[in-house]
Order: sequence, then structure tokens, then C-alpha cells
Amino acid sequence: MYRKEFTMEDKLILSGHEFSSRFILGSGKYSLNLIETAVRDAGAEIITLAVRRANTKKQENILDYIPKGVTLLPNTSGARTAEEAVRIARLAREIGCGDFVKIEIMRDTKYLLPDNNETIKATEILAKEGFVVLPYMYPDLYAARNLMNAGAAAVMPLAAPIGSNKGLATREFIQILVDEIDLPVIVDAGIGRPSQACEAMEMGAAAIMANTALATAGDLPLMAAAFRQAIEAGRKAYLSGLGRVLTRGASASDPLTGFLRD
Amino acid sequence: MDNRFFVDGEHLSPSALEKKHRLETDPASRTNHMEYMNGMEQIRSDIMEKVLSEMDSYDYTKYTAKDVKSALEHETCTIEDFKALLSPAAEPFLEQLAQRARQTTSKHFGNTVYLFTPLYIANYCENYCVYCGFNCYNNIRRMKLNMEQIEREMQIIHDSGMEEILILTGESRSQSNVEYIGEACRLARKYFRMVGLEIYPVNVEEYRYLHECGADYVTVFQETYDSDRYSDLHLLGHKRVYPYRFDAQERALMGGMRGVAFSALLGLSDFRKDALASALHVYYLQRKYPHAEMSLSCPRLRPIINNDKINPLDVHETQLCQIICAYRIFLPFVGITVSSRESESFRNGIVKIAATKVSAGVSTGIGDHECKYEGKKTDGTEGDEQFEINDARSLDVMYEDIAAEGLQPVLNDYLYM
Repeated sequence: MYRKEFTMEDKLILSGHEFSSRFILGSGKYSLNLIETAVRDAGAEIITLAVRRANTKKQENILDYIPKGVTLLPNTSGARTAEEAVRIARLAREIGCGDFVKIEIMRDTKYLLPDNNETIKATEILAKEGFVVLPYMYPDLYAARNLMNAGAAAVMPLAAPIGSNKGLATREFIQILVDEIDLPVIVDAGIGRPSQACEAMEMGAAAIMANTALATAGDLPLMAAAFRQAIEAGRKAYLSGLGRVLTRGASASDPLTGFLRD
Repeated sequence: MDNRFFVDGEHLSPSALEKKHRLETDPASRTNHMEYMNGMEQIRSDIMEKVLSEMDSYDYTKYTAKDVKSALEHETCTIEDFKALLSPAAEPFLEQLAQRARQTTSKHFGNTVYLFTPLYIANYCENYCVYCGFNCYNNIRRMKLNMEQIEREMQIIHDSGMEEILILTGESRSQSNVEYIGEACRLARKYFRMVGLEIYPVNVEEYRYLHECGADYVTVFQETYDSDRYSDLHLLGHKRVYPYRFDAQERALMGGMRGVAFSALLGLSDFRKDALASALHVYYLQRKYPHAEMSLSCPRLRPIINNDKINPLDVHETQLCQIICAYRIFLPFVGITVSSRESESFRNGIVKIAATKVSAGVSTGIGDHECKYEGKKTDGTEGDEQFEINDARSLDVMYEDIAAEGLQPVLNDYLYM
């Protein structure tokens, strides 16, 4: 039952925009060094940017450091309601961040868990305004369906609490989204090791977003390269069909029903 | 009561002196510090009760090395673990605390360090808080900036590159009323991305008004959580009312402020109990208002004008470092601010472990930014300072020093909603 779309041109497609890389750099732990290495060593083509930290006057204006050819994915971090997220998204567009937006709405400063209800509302408004909307969400099937119906370009379920590096704590629920939602599923938050990224890709995730795992690594470029290889390996495994066989259990070499004669 | 704080200025009239001495020596002459004064709003909250009962029962001498080790092993730091980390038993483990704190800070904040500067717009005060340079009996040059002067100060700070400002006043409702502070906030919004307030506590609707004027973060220091000690140190004025001050952060959040900051002034009382209470104040309020941003400061007592004997007693840098590490481990998500009361070397070290915000280009005087930033000759009309600072680095120098430590200085991470 593996998907047949494998070609040399295996692309991540978000609302018609094509990307070769399936690694997205998150924005939480911010450093220019990290951006450089994410592009060079991890092959990132999409970089998240906290709007609240852009548009600053002094030298660290992150907008100036985004390499050419990289798609900016401004996020709405800091928003506590749909209304605030919508305002931040519009501001992002005004300051030249393009039409992509990652919706992050958190009403909990301790765990930074996304509020799915508010996220659905914001997605609907922004999709109608022509944004390519990528909502960060808690992996709930109903919420994912609502996001899809609201016009999201992908869903971004969390693997574990942000910054926790705990890996696929929500594994079973992400698998349900991969199986049931006809949108790319980008696993966001909690991926702490390349092996976890690889596992998510084997499950059929369309891309991986990570930040802390890289930002806190001892050797940043080496970790970035490791993520790139892990994501590519996971993708290939998924496309080859092995991922599915493994997750669903191997078939017996002698069929149990082989005794049936007719 | 130790009298290292008491200084009689020659400017005081005999009747003023007599009242001052009576307040200092005769507790019966003081008002009841647990009783609200007229106009002070009382909200329904059980947070003070929770914090005080934990603090009262805290016996830090009963914790042992074993408790500290097990606290360091736990993935989630419980209140009991935190008590162990604050205890004397944790002192030999300071390096382990620092390692754990650094790891936690890095998980939640990466390598970022936020920068801000305070702007004192008035130093009139109606309180007699015996350790404070602004106290109403202290003979200092008083000043209140008008809007034009405030704007000039803001322009100068803005031109230095600063994007976050903390507006402060002495605690005088009559000299610096809420409307005056509100107007200053409106001006600040023109020049800064983030405007915080450190003023006398006000009622919910007043916080709402100040929020609408552009302020979004409210800092109130409880000074000490030990209410008896509080009563001995805050002898006169509205600040004497302990519970009204305690609930200030909650009223600020009810008034729509985005975030609130807390602190005890370490050195006033038993610092371990004060540190415990400060962190629990954050902890319980966060559970009640999970959307709110919260931060802790950790100021130590400093010398003031006319009294150079004031010092933080038993809170040395080692103890301060222990407190900050324990704060970080117990409250991974909370911002930790270290002010210019601390030395350059301490601040350079602590930002690598747990602090997430430092001030730069600091003056605690009134109307003297032009002298301090641009070398303009003083004309002697500036208002005097609240306390002596210890780290006078400018924004540029601070910025470079932080970057040289391999950290990322951040001037703004904020959008006013």
C-alpha cells in the first residue's frame, strides 16, 4: 500500500509552491549562525521567523540575514487569540515577509501548547485573505479536519512540548493525521534527535520542523547535516514502502489461509 | 530592629523629626499594615494565603545533600525540590545547579539575552521605606519631569538603539498621578516597542487605563514577603499596606496587562524564605493566569544617598547565584532579570547560566540621560538617584559584551496588541 509518487523529483508541495527540502528551521532559539548552518548544512529552504522579533531597528534585524532563495515563514508567536494572530499575519505581509504564515496561538506561557480552536478561526480568516496558512496544532483529528476545511495548506502537529527534545510523544495521533488528512503533515516541536525526525518521516510526515535540537547541539553544522540525512533517509524509507510494512507488522511468508482450497 | 537604615537629615523640622523617630521606635504609632486604606481595591484571591503558608512552614535547615541530589535528578522540579535547592545544603552543589539551570535556560530561551533600560520620570515619594533613597524623609533633590522633558529623555534613549523601556516613578499619587504616568506611556509608545511600568500599585481599572496608554508589563517588588519585617521597614504611606501590594500583579493581569514581574529585595529579611515566596507567587499566579508572561528579578540591597552603610548582608554573590539557579530550575519558562545593581562580572556570568534580561545604559536619577549618554554638562537640576548602580555599561558596550560571550542580544521580541 505504499504511495507511488516516488520519482527523482520528490517535492514538498504547499499550496502549489514546491520545495526540494523537507527540513524547516523553526525560530524559537534565534541566532544568525543557526540560520546560516540550517541552509548550508541542513538544506533548509523554509525558515521560520517570529514577526515579533523582526522589524527591529538595530543590527540584528533577522530579515537582513535570510539568504536569497529561502522562503520566509513568519509565525504569529505571541498571539493569544485568533484576532491577534490575524493582526500579526497582516503585519508580516506589510513588512515584506510574503504570503506564508505559520499560525501559533498559545494561551499558556508554561508549556506553549497551541490552542486548536483559536487556530482554526485564524486559519479560516487568513486563508480567505490569500495567505498560505500553516497552522501549528495539537494532533487532534477533528481539529485537523477543521483546519483542512478552513483552507490550511498543511497541518503542523506537535511531536512533544516545544523545546522538550522528547521526540514523538504523540506518535499514534500523528499517524492518524497522516492517514486521514489530505494535506501535508509537517511534524513540529519536540523533535530532539535525527533518529526521531527519521521515524516521523518513515511514518509519512511530509516535513520536519526543528529548532532547539539544532540550536542546542554541541556542533551545530554537524547536527544540521545529521538532520538532513535523517530526513532524507526517512523519506526514502516511507516512499519505498518499508515504513508502512514495519508499522503495520510484517506479513507471514506462508499465508495463514493457504489451506483453503477454493 | 537594626538601625543601620535610620538617617536624620538636617533639613527636617523638629516636628517632622519627632514623627520620624516615633515611627521608627514605637510600633504602636504605625498603622496596621495588613489593613487596606481608602480607595484600595480588594480582589478575591487565595494566592497570598497559599504563598505565606508555604513560606511560614519552610525550614530550610532540615534539607540535606540527599534531598538536593534527588531534586537535581527529578525531571520536574516540585515545590519540595525547590525548597531543597534553596537550602544551605545545596550550596556545595552550586556548580551542578548551574549546569542544570543552563541546560534549562537553553531549552526554553536558547542563547538569547534581552536588553532594556529604566527611565525614572519622578522621584517624589510619600512613603517612608527605611532602605530606599527616595523615602520621604531622605534629603535628596526631588524632581518630576514634564512631558517635554520626558520626550527629550526618550529621544536620547531611543537614539542609543534601545527598544524596550521601563518607566519608573517614586510612589506619590499626588505628584505623579495615573494620568501623568499614562501620558508618559503614550509618549513611550512613539519611541519604543515595549513599555513596562514600575510604579506604585494601582486598582484594576487604573491598570486597564495604563494598558490602553501603551504599557504592557507591570513590575512590583514586594521587597520582603515576611509581613512582620515588612511592617518594620515600610513605616509610612500607602506602601505600608502589605496585601494591596501583594495582589498588584493579579490586578494588573485583570486589567489586561500582558505580563508581570516580581521580586523580593534580597537582604531585607531571610533571603531563602523571600526567594521561596517570590517564586511561589509566580508559580500560583501562573496556574491561575496561564496566558500571562511572568518574570522574576533578584535585586540585592544597595547603598543610597546619605546612607552608604546599606548592604545586602548575608546575600553574597554565591547565594544570589544559588537563588537564580533554583528559580530557573523550578520555573523554566520564567524570565529572569538581573539589574545594574550587580557587577559587570556577575552579570556576564549569570547570563550564561540563567538570566534572560539585563539592563544597560542605566541611570536611576531623574532627567540626566543627556549628561550620562552624551556628556552634556550637568546644570545641577537633575533629580537624585534611587540607589547606586554597580554596572554602568552603555547599550553598545553591553551589546558587544553579550555577543562576545557567544550569546544573542535581543532588543525586542514583542508586539503590542
